[in-house]
Amino acid sequence: MDIMPKWAEVVLVPLISLLLAAALSALVILGIGEDPVAAVKLMVSGALGSTYGWGYTLYYATNFMFTGLAVAIAFHARMFNIGGEGQAMLGGLGVALACLYIPWPHWSLALIGAALGAAAFGAIWAAIPAYLQAKRGSHIVITTIMFNFIAAAVLNYVLVNLMRPAGSMDPATAQFPKTVHLPTLHDLLAPLGISFSKAAPANVSLIVAVLACVFLWVLIWRTRIGYEIRAYGHSESAAKYAGISPVKITMIAMLISGGLAGMMAINNVMGEAERLVLNATEGAGFIGIAVALMGRSHPLGVFLAAILFGFLYQGGAELALWTSIPRELIVVIQALVILFTGALDNMVRLPLEKLFLMLRKGGV
Amino acid sequence: MTLMQKFLGATAAFALSAGAAMAEPALIFDLGGKFDKSFNEAAFNGAQRWADETGGTFREIELQSEAQREQALRRFAEAGANPIITTGFAFATPVEAVAGDYPDTKFVNIDGWMPEIPANVQMISFQEHQGSYLVGMMAAMASKSGTIGFIGGMDIPLIRHFGCGYAQGAKAVNPDINIVANMTGTTPSAWNDPVKGSELTKAQISQGADVVYAAAGGTGVGVLQTAADENILSIGVDSNQNHLHPGKVLTSMLKRVDVAVYNSMKSGNDIATGTSVVLGLAEDGVGVAMDENNAALVDATMKQAVEDARAKIISGDLEVASYYATDSCPALDF
Repeated sequence: MDIMPKWAEVVLVPLISLLLAAALSALVILGIGEDPVAAVKLMVSGALGSTYGWGYTLYYATNFMFTGLAVAIAFHARMFNIGGEGQAMLGGLGVALACLYIPWPHWSLALIGAALGAAAFGAIWAAIPAYLQAKRGSHIVITTIMFNFIAAAVLNYVLVNLMRPAGSMDPATAQFPKTVHLPTLHDLLAPLGISFSKAAPANVSLIVAVLACVFLWVLIWRTRIGYEIRAYGHSESAAKYAGISPVKITMIAMLISGGLAGMMAINNVMGEAERLVLNATEGAGFIGIAVALMGRSHPLGVFLAAILFGFLYQGGAELALWTSIPRELIVVIQALVILFTGALDNMVRLPLEKLFLMLRKGGV
Repeated sequence: MTLMQKFLGATAAFALSAGAAMAEPALIFDLGGKFDKSFNEAAFNGAQRWADETGGTFREIELQSEAQREQALRRFAEAGANPIITTGFAFATPVEAVAGDYPDTKFVNIDGWMPEIPANVQMISFQEHQGSYLVGMMAAMASKSGTIGFIGGMDIPLIRHFGCGYAQGAKAVNPDINIVANMTGTTPSAWNDPVKGSELTKAQISQGADVVYAAAGGTGVGVLQTAADENILSIGVDSNQNHLHPGKVLTSMLKRVDVAVYNSMKSGNDIATGTSVVLGLAEDGVGVAMDENNAALVDATMKQAVEDARAKIISGDLEVASYYATDSCPALDF
């Protein structure tokens, strides 16, 4: 029987972790002579106080949902996919190729095509480390990390030497054609009579990300392959005994993982920049690890954690814009949240468990 | 739009007062960060000089993500900042996208390129290949081993442009010179990785290089340090870096981003927009740094040769091939 009730597990532990991180951040802000209350107010109003803020928060959150889900599915098979960054970069390449070289008649078809391209490229990039893990026992953490650098080098080469428009100094592809422009939340909500900020980059990919969350939940808890992935994750030897092939599960879990990470590109490359730039992923693949840890590898948890990190990103941008808090400190605040929610989970969990045990004894 | 205003009113009173008072200029630094001892720092120094001289204030932001480029431009424009100065070629596309929405705001971009410049945008570019040509000459003259090094940040056109001018200058002095060229990395951290810069310098020394030119932003700090430690010469970039290791830095390829930023802020709303401004040797936009820190390293013949070449480039008698013009380099393969 669980020591803590479900609600405490899901809500209370992350909440207390967050409060601890916030308290420590406040001390840091105080330490450099700024007002922490004003800073928090600015972050909240900047990220959640307007449709403009929400637009950016949700844009970042969409990225983190994809990469968070990618890490989560690999976690279920007890694999640590640190290569989300590289897989998302290659996914960007897939999106760029699909958008630039195929004349799509409508954005909806382009979205499907680009999403497939992104997922395929991301999955291929994950397939090599997965194969090495499954067949050769090369540790997936090492290989996926190294593949991030290879991906960066590949992208660099392709952008500088192959896909850069003549005359441009910027190592980036040409602008995608207008027909593949994805509708932003402004375009989507306007027919419903809801006015949403025009400037914000959140777009229809958010819906795809939410669908991906639902898909992953169904996959993990309602299908045979999901069961096999979880069984393999809990015990490899037991899974083998039950006739589950480790090679097959490793490959499938990593292909899905890479595909999801790659699909992030429909948001940042197709939805926002509408061209592929060198630094398109900017760390979202790594944030995905924190998101999956915080969300306890559950799609709903990933969804919520992604929004939290989207809030931190957009709130951090507002702090950088309107205060003299240096950006390094904003990274410190973000890091504190990751530290408390991801790494120091037991620090909060164990005392809470004791507390609940005491309460239960007292109750009996 | 209305929500936007509501937000401003609710949270940032000082933003409103800034809009009401005389327009403040804004400076947006590229991802490398403000204190990179090089490109962005030069921009900051120019802005600071303007602030000190006029008593004015300016807004600034160091970016953390690509999506913030357009965001920062729009936020500053909506808060009434004018002119808005951006550093780095990656700003060209966002500026192009945003400029039309704020016709009363002047935008300045340093290093960028766009096919058609909107009416309220000024593009500033530097003839880095000319300055690099001169430091390449000095490197070849100072080298005793006949091998010189080049350490770039990332393998992108801008850095090839630097390396190409450098190689041409070196080959003009010594056609048989051996040029070892390396790039630091493929991720943005390549611009701020002094440790890697140091390793590359050691690798180039082991290949015989005794003068190393760093065109790699903050990474160059490690290059210059290691060159000084290993007792070879180095060449700094963008800002005058001769003072970092007096007597060990041969010279610095100056790219007067500070002057460009200073002039833009000084002109304020009177900036000539809709055009591009090209700053080369003739405009003192690029050059070589000569001061008391490198006086002992630069003899009279070297000085004379550089002066002659400079005059010839300005007069047009000597043309340094630009990597941008042909997307290839006659003197160095990348």
